[in-house]
Amino acid sequence: MSFNYDQYIRGGKLPHIWCPGCTYGIVFKSLLRAVDSLKIPKDDIALVSGIGCASRLPGYVDWNTLHTTHGRALPFATGLKMARPDKKVLVVSGDGDATAIGGNHFIHSCRRNIDITVIVLNNFIYGMTGGQHSPTTPMGHIATTMPYGNVDPGFNIPELAKGAGATWVGRGTAYHVPALDKLIIEAIQHKGLSVLEIINACPTTHGRRNKFKSPTDMLLWMKDNFLPITAFGKLPPEKTAGKSPTGVLFKREAPEFCEIYYGMVERLKKQREKGA
Amino acid sequence: MGTFKLLQGNEACAEGALYAGCTFFAGYPITPATEVAEYLARKLPFIDGVILQMEDEIASVGAIIGASLAGRKSMTATSGPGFSLKQENMGFGMLCEVPCVIVDVMRGGPSTGVPTGPSQSDIMQCKWGTHGDHPVICLTPAYVQEIFSETVRAFNLAERYRTPVIVAYDEVVGHMREKIEIPDKGVLPLENRRRPTCSPSEYKPFDETKGDVPPVADFFSGYRQHITGLNHHSDGFPVNADPRIHTDELRLIRKVEGNRKDIIRYETVMLDDAEVAVFAYGVSGRSGKSGVELARAAGIKAGLFRPLTIWPFPEEEVAALASRVSAIVVPELSLGQIIYEVDRCAKGKCKVEGIYRVDGDPITPTQILDKIKEVK
Repeated sequence: MSFNYDQYIRGGKLPHIWCPGCTYGIVFKSLLRAVDSLKIPKDDIALVSGIGCASRLPGYVDWNTLHTTHGRALPFATGLKMARPDKKVLVVSGDGDATAIGGNHFIHSCRRNIDITVIVLNNFIYGMTGGQHSPTTPMGHIATTMPYGNVDPGFNIPELAKGAGATWVGRGTAYHVPALDKLIIEAIQHKGLSVLEIINACPTTHGRRNKFKSPTDMLLWMKDNFLPITAFGKLPPEKTAGKSPTGVLFKREAPEFCEIYYGMVERLKKQREKGA
Repeated sequence: MGTFKLLQGNEACAEGALYAGCTFFAGYPITPATEVAEYLARKLPFIDGVILQMEDEIASVGAIIGASLAGRKSMTATSGPGFSLKQENMGFGMLCEVPCVIVDVMRGGPSTGVPTGPSQSDIMQCKWGTHGDHPVICLTPAYVQEIFSETVRAFNLAERYRTPVIVAYDEVVGHMREKIEIPDKGVLPLENRRRPTCSPSEYKPFDETKGDVPPVADFFSGYRQHITGLNHHSDGFPVNADPRIHTDELRLIRKVEGNRKDIIRYETVMLDDAEVAVFAYGVSGRSGKSGVELARAAGIKAGLFRPLTIWPFPEEEVAALASRVSAIVVPELSLGQIIYEVDRCAKGKCKVEGIYRVDGDPITPTQILDKIKEVK
């Protein structure tokens, strides 16, 4: 039986704002399937976003949803999570939202290891504002604010997350959909701050200016250049240029922030009872 | 009989928050406001409260809005540079009608300015700091006892009107120590935001048919909702180029401006027969009181109008005052900000003269006396 998306989509809120050829719809459906398989009740999950095309996703989902200011989804999510540590809190963000204007919140949330799942839809461009270069736009690519080719070096989002202390880091693509479902599930299940970068395509403001003749070409580019980490590891170094690994790239066990904080609360209260 | 304590203004602010039921504070270190966070850091864990030192000022206000959406009474505290940084998310709180309290312990500016000196130069930022039209409630205590009680009132107003409330006082009052009485629990009334009584399927977070202050459902309470910083319909979803935007923004303003009688508080000293009035708040209000007493001793009929609510501005009260005194003296620790509001309301019915000071020291009673003599 095919998956019933309607149970999660808010009545009357479609069509979505995304352009034809945008891959965000693929990710959206993958997210719904993943959360459904985890059997998280709709009332017990919040989806928080900042600003940008990716940040419009929460409006379509029948959960507790919060569309905040540019780059600031994580602080709002941190407030929600610390207030209700028993609930599931997810953040969906774009490359600009998460790593440019929201970069400080991104690295500090990773460091804090609070139990929030951060899904970064990386389409390598500022799409909503019409195609300005972002911290992940490849060097040399044309953007409206880099009309002669991008000269501004970029971030590797998983490496940034790992370096900042995230305890689960993964990468998927909008092309490798069955693998993406599994990655989202694992990211949500991880206790601690998890960062999942999902490679996406923006044909309208990125692809058509950068020699991708059609949205399909962008998906094929994902197919050819993003390999499971095991396969990627077997490539001879000279063949890794332009290619990136996907899958669970890094994970480690570390105390989760809400547990540390509320552990302190319990300890202090016990000490006070003993003292009194 | 309550508890008597010798407290610094910032500590009294923290005590006021605790009294009001605040269980969530997020902040960032900044002089001269840090003691609010330090005091709460010692206390909040014992009442299952959360104290977070966030990565920056922007994150602090984001976190308290998130916590408030989950049902907590929440607060942040800062000073000039941090207050500037908080403005965008404060606007989010105003548009999305999220109760919370923002404390601004004013220091000299612009920029890093005079971190350890008092100022009253954020008072227009309190009103106009965030972009767009928006409702603002801002309270201006002048005594340590008042910082306590006005912080409690700020939480109550935030809950009653479903909006961020600013408490703005200056470095002198923030760092001054005075004996205060903390009333026993139950003496000061506490309020909680109105929650919906309808079923979740009928609930709309911005349902204007329920009044100017629609009920608030907490996140995770079964009332699934969408909150966005875009202008929105009554159901919370974005609206573009629609008459709704105009009428809803009018409602936001109206819920504050239309309740001036409830929100505006002020103290008057010897004002009934006054020929010269002093309009001053915060530390300048303290000097104003002494200045007026000095004037009376010198045989001049002077009186003080000291607003505890600066926004919404006490327009009617100042207009009435202007029609019965010959002059209003406005001492403020800026190069002239609130005087323009006084002047606007006086409508030329009396002289309006300022005393300005931005050298890091408060205005003295003698400065005020001299000005009273000059204008009488």
